[in-house]
Amino acid sequence: MKKSLMLIMAMVLTFTLAACGQANNGGTTAGSATSSSSPSTEPSAEPSAEASGLTGSLLATGSSALQPLVDQASKMFMEKNSGVTIQVQGGGSGTGLTQVSEGQANIGNSDVYAEEKLDADKAKELVDHQVAVVAMAAVVNKAVKVDNLTKQQLVDIFTGKVTNWKDLGGDDAAIVIVNRPASSGTRATFEKYALGQKSEDLQGSIQEDSSGTVKKIIGETPGAIGYLALSYLDDSIKSVSYDGVAANVENVANGTYPVWAYEHMYTKGEPDAAAKAFLEYMMSDEIQNEKGLVVELGYIPTSQMQVVRDLDGNITKK
Amino acid sequence: MAQTIPKKTAGNNHFVEEWVGKVYTTLCVLFLVATIIAMVYFVASRGLSTFFKDHVNVFELLGGLKWSPEGSPPSFGAFPFIFGSFSTSLLAALLAAPLSICASIFMIEITPKFGRKFLQPVIELLAGIPSVVYGFIGLSVIVPLFRDIFPGQGLGVAAGALVLSIMILPTMTTVATDALASLPAGLKEGSYALGATRWQTIYRVVIPTTLPALMTGVVLGIARAFGEALAVQMVIGNAPFVPRSLFESASTLTSAITLSMGNTAAGSTHNNALWSLAMILMLMTFVFVFIVRWLEGRSKL
Repeated sequence: MKKSLMLIMAMVLTFTLAACGQANNGGTTAGSATSSSSPSTEPSAEPSAEASGLTGSLLATGSSALQPLVDQASKMFMEKNSGVTIQVQGGGSGTGLTQVSEGQANIGNSDVYAEEKLDADKAKELVDHQVAVVAMAAVVNKAVKVDNLTKQQLVDIFTGKVTNWKDLGGDDAAIVIVNRPASSGTRATFEKYALGQKSEDLQGSIQEDSSGTVKKIIGETPGAIGYLALSYLDDSIKSVSYDGVAANVENVANGTYPVWAYEHMYTKGEPDAAAKAFLEYMMSDEIQNEKGLVVELGYIPTSQMQVVRDLDGNITKK
Repeated sequence: MAQTIPKKTAGNNHFVEEWVGKVYTTLCVLFLVATIIAMVYFVASRGLSTFFKDHVNVFELLGGLKWSPEGSPPSFGAFPFIFGSFSTSLLAALLAAPLSICASIFMIEITPKFGRKFLQPVIELLAGIPSVVYGFIGLSVIVPLFRDIFPGQGLGVAAGALVLSIMILPTMTTVATDALASLPAGLKEGSYALGATRWQTIYRVVIPTTLPALMTGVVLGIARAFGEALAVQMVIGNAPFVPRSLFESASTLTSAITLSMGNTAAGSTHNNALWSLAMILMLMTFVFVFIVRWLEGRSKL
């Protein structure tokens, strides 16, 4: 009986170890020349090289704001390069940065710079590929009669100093703040470029992470204010101008509307052949032109931007 | 082993069958145990590193009122979440327990045929509906209704508790129905023989004898409500404060975790603090399991 128990234990152990090994393998590119952290030497069952010569499997994970773009682009890429399989997962910017930094994913999607989430030495290992720009607008319930908010007014609202629309030139109605969780990349962008400071969580304010839910709540709650990416704007809510500048693609591109951020796709070190080809495809004219996927899904192509911004927020003309 | 085989030559086939079955089940059990140990270890190692590595005070985490992990200086007071989790799940149980216990009495004692054939499948159907659907119904129906009737935005503890109470109905009803159905017929017959009416039998005999089992259902319901994340997150508002009314935005342990886990990098203090919340949830689940075991021990008929 003891013998069989030992046998069982051994089997369980092998099974568990095999499962672990599998998980590691999923992330690394088989058939490429990158150093693989996985110790297993099982033969890679890759199909013969295609016309493009590219083979391998990629895992891109992270930002849910960027996920639709990467997801659709990956499908178009795989049609052209049948030797490559790309898996796209969400999970949030933090997850994307962690997984690419630890080698579990080939590409980490993020709304924020890696330096804002990871330790400096970990962030240094990552290579940034900025594939699009996403802009955000302050949005209010349609019944709110305010069309423009200054930076100071927004700060007053999101710090709880002003609690009624009548103090901002609107009707006598309480302001309901629909915020994002403190860790959200969307909130970080809004705080950094619209408010210029961190905002506090206020008692009675509402916090949701999903843009769809935020839009629904703002659309239905009288006196509600929040912020959404431009791609989410429609006529169920009302977007307000910022310091007199309307939130639209043109104003973001020419640098007059400041509330925007890059969408990043990070790789650890320089990307291998398959990842490099995919990232080049993301930046190609086919994806980035005015009829391409980027515009279609509501992002702004980096090529259209007339200004560039660095990690510290300094804006320079191109 | 060599000595046992000759004795069973005729049944050698059975011996192999027996052995295969034994090995397979043992393997499954060992794998299950290993999984549980691994999960507990993982949650505890991440959750405890908040205290040992990031030096957050345990009492500050459990009793602190200010949750501002990205602030400067950061503060990790999780009491609003603990309060939110307990208030929503207890309130949900308070709403759902009478409904489900009455439903099961109706099904077993009053209309056994209609109840078991029609009512029970309908109630069990509630368990199969995905929680995001409950959340969306809550957001589209309950929240606007509360906003019109009561002061506030409609999002809050009351909306969360109402959504949860519907979600835990099937758990409570199923356990209560099984308990009532397994009651020995002799007890009821004895009561009727003494001249008691059906109602007297139900509240003097049936409910007192099955009470521990009914309570088991209630505790299982509370445990389910405590762990539910998505539906509550959509309707409760998620502001990290102890609410001043039932209709003000509040937050639960689960909603705090689901809102921020994906946005934080693994190993950061904020991420570890979220794992500490997960550890509190896990410990509370242990407590619920112990309560259920204790109740089961008391329900010897």
